[in-house]
Amino acid sequence: MFTLLNLVQPDTIEAAYKALVEKRNNIVLGGCAFLRMGSQRIGTAVDLSRLNLNYIVEQNEYVEVGATTTFRDIETNPLLNRYFNGVLPEALSQIIGIQFRNTVMIGATVYSKYGFSDLLTALLALDTEIELYKGGRMSLKSFLENSFEKDILTRIFIKKNERKANYQHLRNSCSDYPILNVAVSKLNDQWKIVVGARPQRAIIVQKASEEVANLELNSKNIDRVATMASNEITFGTNMRGTADYRKSICKVLVKRAIMEVLQCK
Amino acid sequence: MQIEVIVNLKKIKMEVDANEFLADTLRKYGILSVRKGCDTTCCGLCTVWIDDKPTLSCTTLSFRANGRKITTIEGVHKEANEFAQILVAEGAEQCGFCSPGFIMTVLAMKNELTNPTEETIVHYLTGNLCRCTGYMGQLRAIKTYLGVL
Ligand SMILES: Cc1cc2nc3c(=O)[nH]c(=O)nc-3n(C[C@H](O)[C@H](O)[C@H](O)COP(=O)(O)OP(=O)(O)OC[C@H]3O[C@@H](n4cnc5c(N)ncnc54)[C@H](O)[C@@H]3O)c2cc1C
Ligand code: FES
Ligand code: FES
Repeated sequence: MFTLLNLVQPDTIEAAYKALVEKRNNIVLGGCAFLRMGSQRIGTAVDLSRLNLNYIVEQNEYVEVGATTTFRDIETNPLLNRYFNGVLPEALSQIIGIQFRNTVMIGATVYSKYGFSDLLTALLALDTEIELYKGGRMSLKSFLENSFEKDILTRIFIKKNERKANYQHLRNSCSDYPILNVAVSKLNDQWKIVVGARPQRAIIVQKASEEVANLELNSKNIDRVATMASNEITFGTNMRGTADYRKSICKVLVKRAIMEVLQCK
Repeated sequence: MQIEVIVNLKKIKMEVDANEFLADTLRKYGILSVRKGCDTTCCGLCTVWIDDKPTLSCTTLSFRANGRKITTIEGVHKEANEFAQILVAEGAEQCGFCSPGFIMTVLAMKNELTNPTEETIVHYLTGNLCRCTGYMGQLRAIKTYLGVL
């Protein structure tokens, strides 16, 4: 269990940021599910509840999601169920249970860049941008690939386009962590194949993604691309599975996801 | 610090530490139906409603409940009783330890879902673990309770 020496509930994001960077052991509070598993000694905990960052709104070009929006709000949101074949609600729906998803927050998950994340894999397959208070707005891809100074993640922007998308995952049992997850999306001729929980962080499988666009998508060619995808990236071993095992199931999940995307309306 | 919470429709002032979780605070104030069954956020025993949403009270810092409405099984006596009788009739009553959290989830499901399928019911209940019996009798009881036999 963590220890909290001091708690602040700032009314502005500027004040929240100032409190966060004041000392090294100051942190932002999300839903606390992960924090609670550790035994950190926290100086000042910065609570964002007064900043009104709990929302999902539709704008002209983006769906904007505030950092303290819960997983369950995303899962049940009509907009996000309609866009991208409901890939975001689908990706979240296996994480522990309803009560848990009513507790954990999107900002915490994205900021933490968890390797096992279900949500990051799906978000990366869409045209997603994030905003850090200090670091500014950038693509999710760039955020995941680079490191930044301690900051507050404020908002997430998901480009509203006609992307068709599908999410696949393998778990030992319902509500366990994923052993591997895959999201595939297609906008016109542009494909993105994303693999996560490798167990490393989700990445876009670049060459295979380009290759799908060039092929006539029959069963044989999809097999070929799926094999190519699993050869292009590296996998690791942990208590949930070996690198070899992950590589083998990667082929299967990528193939399934491509076939599903082809069926998407 | 002091917070003011509406617990089962009654306004209560509570003294809490910044560190304190809602499950512990509620127990401290005599609401003993709230229990904890794990240290890992995964068993659902501690489920209470915050503003009518089923939430893990073991993971929610108490100060965040300030000004909000908390419902525990003591606050939904009639509905809980009605469902408990159906459980008993199915021979699927649960141990006293896990049933408050379980029943709070079932009642929340009744409020949230219309005409759920078996699959939807199971999905809604995935966050409530039982360490000792099974889930089939409970599922039959829930279907009867929701009228979706
Ligand atoms: C038992 C368990 C099982 C899980 N299983 C899965 C799973 O199967 N799939 C999956 O995808 N995820 C899983 N998760 C992770 C979960 O979905 C959440 O991502 C995780 O709990 C963090 O969210 P939180 O809101 O609880 O954050 P917290 O625990 O409160 O915070 C996590 C970190 O993020 C920082 N932080 C919070 N908000 C911000 C912000 N706005 N800006 C900057 N930093 C911030 C905090 O300081 C902290 O360091 C699991 C977690 C647990 C505890
Ligand atoms: S006590 Fe197990 S989830 Fe809260
Ligand atoms: S009946 Fe209570 S844990 Fe199984």
